[in-house]
Amino acid sequence: MDILAIQLVNGLSYGLLLFMITSGLSLIFGIMGVLNLAHGSLYMVGAYLALGITKHVAPSFFAALLLAPLLVALFSVILEVGLLRPTYRLGHLSQVLLTFGLAYVVHDLVRWIWGSSVQSLSIPASLGSSVELFGQTFPIYRLAVMGFGLIVAAAMWFFQEKTRWGAIIRAGLSNREMVGGLGINITVVFTVVFAIGGLLAGIGGVAAAPILGLFPGMEFEVLILALVILVVGGLGSITGTLAASMIIGVVDTFGKVMFPQLSLMIIFGLMALVLIVKPTGLLGKQVN
Amino acid sequence: MESQKIKTGSLAAVLLLCLVPFLSSDYFTGIMAEILIFGIFAASLNLLVGYTGLVSLGHAAFFGVGAYTSSLVAIHLSANLFVSLISGLLVSLVAAGIVGFFCNRVSGFYFLMLTLAFSQMIYALVYRWGSLTGGDNGLSGVPKPTLAGGVALDSSSSLYFLILILFVLVMAGLRLFVRSPLGQILVGIRENETRMKSMGYNTTFYKNVSFVLAGGIGGIAGALYSYFNGFVSPKDIYWTMSGEVLIMVLIGGAGTLLGPVFGAAFIVILETIISSYTDLWMLIVGTTFILFVIFIPKGIVGLESVWRKSAKARAPVQTESPESVS
Repeated sequence: MDILAIQLVNGLSYGLLLFMITSGLSLIFGIMGVLNLAHGSLYMVGAYLALGITKHVAPSFFAALLLAPLLVALFSVILEVGLLRPTYRLGHLSQVLLTFGLAYVVHDLVRWIWGSSVQSLSIPASLGSSVELFGQTFPIYRLAVMGFGLIVAAAMWFFQEKTRWGAIIRAGLSNREMVGGLGINITVVFTVVFAIGGLLAGIGGVAAAPILGLFPGMEFEVLILALVILVVGGLGSITGTLAASMIIGVVDTFGKVMFPQLSLMIIFGLMALVLIVKPTGLLGKQVN
Repeated sequence: MESQKIKTGSLAAVLLLCLVPFLSSDYFTGIMAEILIFGIFAASLNLLVGYTGLVSLGHAAFFGVGAYTSSLVAIHLSANLFVSLISGLLVSLVAAGIVGFFCNRVSGFYFLMLTLAFSQMIYALVYRWGSLTGGDNGLSGVPKPTLAGGVALDSSSSLYFLILILFVLVMAGLRLFVRSPLGQILVGIRENETRMKSMGYNTTFYKNVSFVLAGGIGGIAGALYSYFNGFVSPKDIYWTMSGEVLIMVLIGGAGTLLGPVFGAAFIVILETIISSYTDLWMLIVGTTFILFVIFIPKGIVGLESVWRKSAKARAPVQTESPESVS
């Protein structure tokens, strides 16, 4: 029973981490039509930047949590303006391939700068202890990640549903040309969306670093899970992404504990099942 | 006329390839063998990407399944070439049938994501099933294939000829296939699937056929690679292998028969040269790939037509149409 509750917390916090990463991917895919295969790389860059910041700039996890995502967002803006923007006329496939090449480049750059050994970011002292709830002990950091993930989800919801920028983004999701026709500068929207995606990936990277560790290759593990979540949750639905993230997080965590040989198989089996029953994903809209 | 030219050209190329083991060192023969293996592998993916219009990022799954199956058969059952090669082919055909059934339910980017996900699933299976596959260490000590009389193909030139024969068979078969009515249906799906559907073709069925065929040929390439190396590593089935072969196809030129082979040659030679200087291989291949995507989207084969155009432009006497002068 103890293990069950602790694993549930682990699974939910993992799911919320995956949500932070996948929501950016989903946003970029939905609005720009770019399947950003370098999204995992942005996540990895965020984690490694946090490591660099705590080591060399300010030895505080919270400074890194604030700074690293902003730097990743800046990096994303540079990528979008410098590399992606000139390729929009070439069609969507070339952008996917471009981001794929980018994932290769970033992978080696990170390995070059930080080395290929596994490193870890230490949990901040204020969140390092455990807390007793309902007669069980839980690590505070996991609970904090859960709370933080829920806050990010709520902020995303508020931003998309209640603000003017959110309205533009939702409009862009359903009809990009019309938004441009209404006098909104779609080029700027693209850049902003890509930056938000980068910001979310960076936040995910920093928050995940103390739990999952840092190593070159971490980006692809997360990218593949994020792609699975995108397929399971369905496109264009924040709620769908959130639900799918939680399910995948919990299933993956329990799978690893109970059937370590088959953990990935279970996830992909789940995805196959969803695709057979409902090809558009749990809560997805029809996308063409 | 044109087909006569192609016949003479390919005959000359095959003859030239036959001379390689006699005229060059074992080292160079090995590089040529690797190029031919990856040429087969890239050509198989090209059937999907180039001819059917399905961009798969999980093709290494079948390469790996072919490699692991034929090595396991060679180690535990029989080192006979036909037994191990055909079992590798059959298992990869079955794997492609299963994966294709799921992946062809969706299209576009969903297809790309699903192929990636399924190939990683097969990778995870191989990686975790350590008792059978050796897990992280891979399978070593794969015996060299033997022929019916117990003759082992253990010299580098005999293996090279085995690979060359299969390469020629696969390329000739693919040439026949893409010109057959079935191949033309696949091209039709690439160009306009809705239209093919409305003409009464069951496009999902044909996409599955293409997927299974590509997976089978990929499995043959994997089996050859395991004979060639004498071992199989889980890297052969990892997504980086899928990425590399996709890069070969696109750098070479998707949708052309020889483009992917050129792409394979380009990448193998680049890797051979670079690996003696630096281990930042992914950085260099990624940058090369990005440059190709932006500046030469048609690939190496596309360069030839660009060159032809500019040659025509330089020599306006030969052509009278003003359009060709750019």
